[in-house]
Amino acid sequence: NRLKMEDDAPVIYGLEFQARALTAQTAETDAIRFLVGTQSLKFDNQIHIIDFDDENNIINKNVLLHQAGEIWHIGASPADKAVLTTCYNKTSDSRVVSCAAVWRMPSDWDTGNHESPDDSAHNPQTLELLCHLDDSAHGNAACVLWEPMGDGKRVISLADNHALLWDLQESSTQATVSSTATLEGKGQLKFTSGKWSPHHNCSQLATANDTAIRGWDLRTMSQIYCIENAHGQLVRDLDFNPNRQYYLASCGDDCKVKFWDVRNVQEPVKTLEEHSHWVWSVRYNHSHDQLVLTASSDSRLILSNMVSISSEPFGHLVDDDELSEGEDNHQDDKSKEPLKDSVVSTYEEHEDSVYAAEWSSADPWLFASLSYDGRLVINRVPRALKYRILL
Amino acid sequence: MMDGEAEGSVSADSGRKRRVHGMLKLYYGLNEEGKAPEQPESLDPCDINGPHFDPELYLNKLRRECSLAELMDQETCMVKQIRSLDSDMQTLVYENYNKFISATDTIRKMKNDFKKMEDEMDCLSTNMAAITEFSARISGTLQDQHVQITKLSGVHTLLRKLQFLFELPARLNKCLELQAYAQAVSSHRRARCVLQQYSHLPSFKGIQDDCHAIMDKLAQELRQKFRDGGSSAKDLSECVELLLQLDEPAEELCDKFLSHARSRLESDLQGLEAEIRPTASAVKDALAASTQKQLSGAAAGSPTDSSPKTSALPSPSSKTDILEFIDRGCNEFVSSLCLVITSYQELFINHAQTGELASKNIPQMANGKLHTFVDDLATRYFSLVERRIQEEKGVGDNSLLVRALDRFHRRLQAVAKLLPGSAVPNQGTEIVIRAAMERVKQYLTALQSFYMDSLTDVRQALATPRLSVASASVAGGGAHLGGAASGRDAPNSLPELLSSLSASILNQIKSVLASVHLFTAKDITFSNKPYFKGEFCSQGVRESLVVSFIKFVCQSSRQFCESAGDKGGSTPPALLLLLSRLCLDYETSTISYILTLTDEQFLVQHHSPVTPVTTLCAEAREAAQKLLNHYVKVQGLIISQMLRKSVETRDWVNTIEPRNVRAVMKRVVEDTTSIDVQVGLLYEEGVRKAHSSDSSKRTFSVYSSSRQQARYAASYTPSAPMDTNLLSNIHKLFSERIDIFSSVEFNKVSVMTGIIKISLKTFLECVRLRTFGRYGLQQIQVDCHYLQMYLWRFVSDENLVHFLLDEIVGSSAHRCLDPAPMEQSVIEVICERG
Repeated sequence: NRLKMEDDAPVIYGLEFQARALTAQTAETDAIRFLVGTQSLKFDNQIHIIDFDDENNIINKNVLLHQAGEIWHIGASPADKAVLTTCYNKTSDSRVVSCAAVWRMPSDWDTGNHESPDDSAHNPQTLELLCHLDDSAHGNAACVLWEPMGDGKRVISLADNHALLWDLQESSTQATVSSTATLEGKGQLKFTSGKWSPHHNCSQLATANDTAIRGWDLRTMSQIYCIENAHGQLVRDLDFNPNRQYYLASCGDDCKVKFWDVRNVQEPVKTLEEHSHWVWSVRYNHSHDQLVLTASSDSRLILSNMVSISSEPFGHLVDDDELSEGEDNHQDDKSKEPLKDSVVSTYEEHEDSVYAAEWSSADPWLFASLSYDGRLVINRVPRALKYRILL
Repeated sequence: MMDGEAEGSVSADSGRKRRVHGMLKLYYGLNEEGKAPEQPESLDPCDINGPHFDPELYLNKLRRECSLAELMDQETCMVKQIRSLDSDMQTLVYENYNKFISATDTIRKMKNDFKKMEDEMDCLSTNMAAITEFSARISGTLQDQHVQITKLSGVHTLLRKLQFLFELPARLNKCLELQAYAQAVSSHRRARCVLQQYSHLPSFKGIQDDCHAIMDKLAQELRQKFRDGGSSAKDLSECVELLLQLDEPAEELCDKFLSHARSRLESDLQGLEAEIRPTASAVKDALAASTQKQLSGAAAGSPTDSSPKTSALPSPSSKTDILEFIDRGCNEFVSSLCLVITSYQELFINHAQTGELASKNIPQMANGKLHTFVDDLATRYFSLVERRIQEEKGVGDNSLLVRALDRFHRRLQAVAKLLPGSAVPNQGTEIVIRAAMERVKQYLTALQSFYMDSLTDVRQALATPRLSVASASVAGGGAHLGGAASGRDAPNSLPELLSSLSASILNQIKSVLASVHLFTAKDITFSNKPYFKGEFCSQGVRESLVVSFIKFVCQSSRQFCESAGDKGGSTPPALLLLLSRLCLDYETSTISYILTLTDEQFLVQHHSPVTPVTTLCAEAREAAQKLLNHYVKVQGLIISQMLRKSVETRDWVNTIEPRNVRAVMKRVVEDTTSIDVQVGLLYEEGVRKAHSSDSSKRTFSVYSSSRQQARYAASYTPSAPMDTNLLSNIHKLFSERIDIFSSVEFNKVSVMTGIIKISLKTFLECVRLRTFGRYGLQQIQVDCHYLQMYLWRFVSDENLVHFLLDEIVGSSAHRCLDPAPMEQSVIEVICERG
C-alpha cells in the first residue's frame, strides 16, 4: 500500500471496503493525517489512519477496529488527537439503528505499526469506547459536530429532527445533553447534515434538511435564519467560510454549489454548476478561503478558486519583476490576468461516487478525497496557484 | 418613261447651262461670286475643259488610243457639243444686247425728270426766305408779352400749391372721415417737405401743426385698426404699409404685426391642445384599459384583419383620431402660419428691399424677427404634435399614423419654401423620425406580448388534454384561419400546437413588417429622407424590431430554464420540449427566412454593422439546447423523485418476499413510455447501437458490479463466483465516464437516454443509502429486471441501462444483511406475470 509518486501527482490509496466517512485529524497540526471509516455489513468495520509523508510522497496506514457497525460519519476532536466521534449503523433484531459514540484510539497504535507493519492488517487494535451519544428518544444520528477550535468538551449531534448539544465530562467518558433544538413542521423532517460555525464565539449552528438551510443560536437553541429552497433538491452538505463570518457554502442534489451571505437569504451570492451529478461535500480551505473543494457522485472532485467572494477579493498584488525572477517563468501570462472566479482543477482519479473530501489540518495546500469504492486520493493545490496566492 | 426622260433632259439641260456659265465666267476671268475655284485647275493638257488644253496633244492622244469607231463617235459627240456651245453663245449675246438698250432708255428719262425737280426746288427756297422774315418780325412784336405770361403762370402754380396747403387740414379731415387713409397719407406726404421747410412762417406753422394733429389721429386710428385684429390680412397689410410711410418705427411694427399674428395662431394652437387635453387625468384609466384591450385585440386577430377594428381600434384617448388632428393642425395652424409669413415678407422684407427702408437694414431685422417668431410657434406646435403622437399607442392600424405623419411632413415643406434656412422642416422630420422609432418600439413590445400570450395559450392547451375548437383557434393566434377547421377532428397534439404557434408568430411578424413598411412607401414624402432609406431600415426595423424579437424569443426561452430550475418546474415539461423544437426550427430555417424577408422588403443597405444571421442562429441553437437539456432534467427529476421516494420510504430489512413488481416501477415505465411518445412527436428518432438478440432477457449477477472486488481483491474478497466476462464489459464501459446531467443531442434517443440515466443514477444513490434484508434485495432484483425488460429500447446504448441496473443490484447486494439472491427463473416469472 505504499506508493511513491512524482511530485504534484496524486497519491492513491485503496481500502478493502466501501467507505463514506473521512476527516482530517483536526488536532494534529504537524503530521498530515486523515481518518477514514469503512462500511461493511459482513465484516468488522475499520478506521484507517492515513499518514502522508509529504517529503517522500508516501502513505502510511494504520487500522483500528470499529466493531460497533458501519461508519457513516466521522469527526475528530479539535483538542485531543486520540479522540474521535463516529456515527454508525447497528443492526439488531432485523432493525437498523443509527448511533453515535465518542472513541479513543489506543495510545500505541502508532508505535506498534512501525515495528511490524504487516501485523496491523491481521491483528488490528480496537478503538476504546468513551461514551455513547445516544438518546433513544431522539432517533437516528446523522452526524456529530465538534465545537470548532474548542477544548474538545462540546459536541452537537444531529438525530432525525433534533439537534443535541452535549457536554463531555470525565475525559469524555460521560456525555450529558445540555440543550436541544427541534425542527418542527409538516411531515417527517430530518436533518441531513450540519456545521458548527467557528464565528460568533461558536454560538451558531447551521443545519440542512431537505432543501432548506437553517441557522440556530446555540445559546437559546432557536432558529435565527432559514434559507428556504436553498437548493432545488436535497441539500447534502454545508461549510462556513473560516474568514468571513456571514458566508456559507452549500451543495446538493441539483448539482449546484451555492455561496450564501446569511444576511440575505433570498439569493445566493454565487452559484457554481460544474458537476454533472449530486454534490455531496463542500469544503473551504482553512487558510485561504478562496479555495473550495467539492465532491460529487459524478466521480469527480473539483477545486475552485472563488476569489471574488473570498476574504482576499483582490488577491495579493503580483509584481511582474518579482515573478519573472521566480522559477515559474512560463506562468507569467497567467499571473497577469485579473483575478476571476474559476475552476482550478478537476480531479478524475476516482471511478465511483465521491462522497467526501477534506483539507489537511497540517498542510493547507493538501487535501484528500474518498470514493465509495474505498479509494482515497491525496492531491495538492497546483503550485502555480499556490505561489500566486502566497506571493 | 416619257416623264422620266423629260425630267432627265431638264436636269441635264440645267446642268449644262451652269457649266456653260461657268466656262464663260472663266473665260472672262471672273470667279463664282468671288470664291476661289473649288477644284484646283486641271493641268492636264488633254482635259478639254481645262485651261491648259492643247488640241494637238489631245488629237494625238485620241488618234493613238482610240479605234476608228471610237474616233467617229468622239467626233460626232464633239460636233454636237460645239453646236450647242454656239447656240448658247448666241443666246447670251442677244440677252445682253436687250439689257443695254433698256438701260440707255432709262438714263435718258432720268435726265428729263431732274430738270423739272430743279425748278421746283428754286421756288421752295424763295418761299422759305419769306416765311423766315415774317416770323422774325412777329417774335420781335410779342417778346414783352411772353415774359409776362410766363410770370403769371408761375404765380398761378404757386397759388394752387398754397391753396392745397391751406386746404390740406380740411382735406385730411375729410379723408379721415371717409377712412380714405391711403389718400390722406399720400396727400400729407406731398406737403410734408414744404411745410417742414417753411415752418418758420407762423401761417405755415399753423397748417403744419394742424396736419400733424390730424395725421397723429390718423396714425392712431390706423394703429387701433391694426390692433383690433378683426380686419382681414389685406387690410392689415395696407395698414402696415401706411404706417411705415408715416415713419412709424419698423421694428415696432414688426413686433406688433407678429404679436397680432401670434394671438391668432395661438388660438389655433389652443384649439389643438384642447383636443389632447382630455387624456390628462380623467381618461387615463380608460386609456390604460383600452390600450390593454387594444393590445389583446391586436394579439387575438391579425392587425390586417379588419373585423376586430371596430371595437379595438378607435383610440378613445382623444376625441379625434390622429389624422384628423394633424389635418386640423395643418389646415389651421400651418396654413395661417404660411399666410403670416407670406404677408410679413411682403410687407417688411420684399417691399422694404426696394424703398428707402432698405438702407435701414430693415429686411435683415425683420427677417430675424420672423425666424424667432416662426421657431417659437413651431416649437409649440411640434410639442403638441408630439404629445398627440405619443398617445398613439394602439398598434392596430399603422396607416393612419403614417398618413398623418406624411401630411404633417408634407405641409411643413411649404414653410421650408417660404423660409429657406429655417430649422423648422428639419425639426419636423426629426419628429417623424422619432415617431417612427417609437412605433418600431411599440411593435416590438406588441410582438413580445403577443408571443407571451401565445405561450400562455399553449400552456393552457397543454394543461387541458382535450381541447375544444375554440381554444385551438386561440392557440393558433386567430391569424391562422385553418386552425378552427383542423382543430375539429383531433385533440391538439404537440406538433399541431408547435406549427400553429410558429405560424401565428410568423404571421404576426409579417403583418408587423407590413405595417412598418408603410413608413417607406414611395408616396410618403419623408420616405426618401436618408434616415428612412438607411437607418430606419437597418437599425430600426431589422435590428430593433426583427433581431430584437428573435433575441427576445431566445432569451425568454432561456428564462424558462433558469426560473423553473430550482422549484422543479413551474413550466410544464411539454412546453419546454415544444419551445426547444421551436428554437431549433428557428435556427435551421425560420431566422434566415425572416431576415431575408425583412431585407427584401426594406431593401436594406447595411451601412452600419448589423447582427449576422449566424449569430442569431447560434443563439437560437443555444436556447434550444438549453431547453432540451432542461426538459431532460425536469423529466428525469420527476421520475427520480418517484424512485427516490419508493426507496426511502420502505423498510427494506423487514420486507416480505417479492411476489410482484412494485407499482412504482410500472409507473416509471409508463411515464418513460409516454415521455418517449411525447418527444417522438417533435424530434427524430436518432441512432442507437445495435441490440443484442436477448436485450430484454439479461440476467444480473448480484456480485458483478463491485468493481473494487476485482481491483482490490484482497483478503476480504467474498468467495462468491464472479462473472468475469461481465466484469470486463463493465470495465470497458466504465473507461468512458458517464456524465449524468449532460448535454443531449436533438433526437429522441439521446433525450430518452438522458432521462433514464438521471433516473437510474438516482435509484443507485438511494439504494446505497439503505440497508436491505434478503427479500429487500430480491425485490430490487425483480424491479431491476422489470426495468431492464422495458427501458433498453429507449436508449442509444443498452449497455448503459445494463450497467446502471447492474450497479443498483450490485450495490443493494452489498448493502444486504443476508444476501441470498432470487433465482433468475423466478424473477422472470414474476416480471412476465406483472
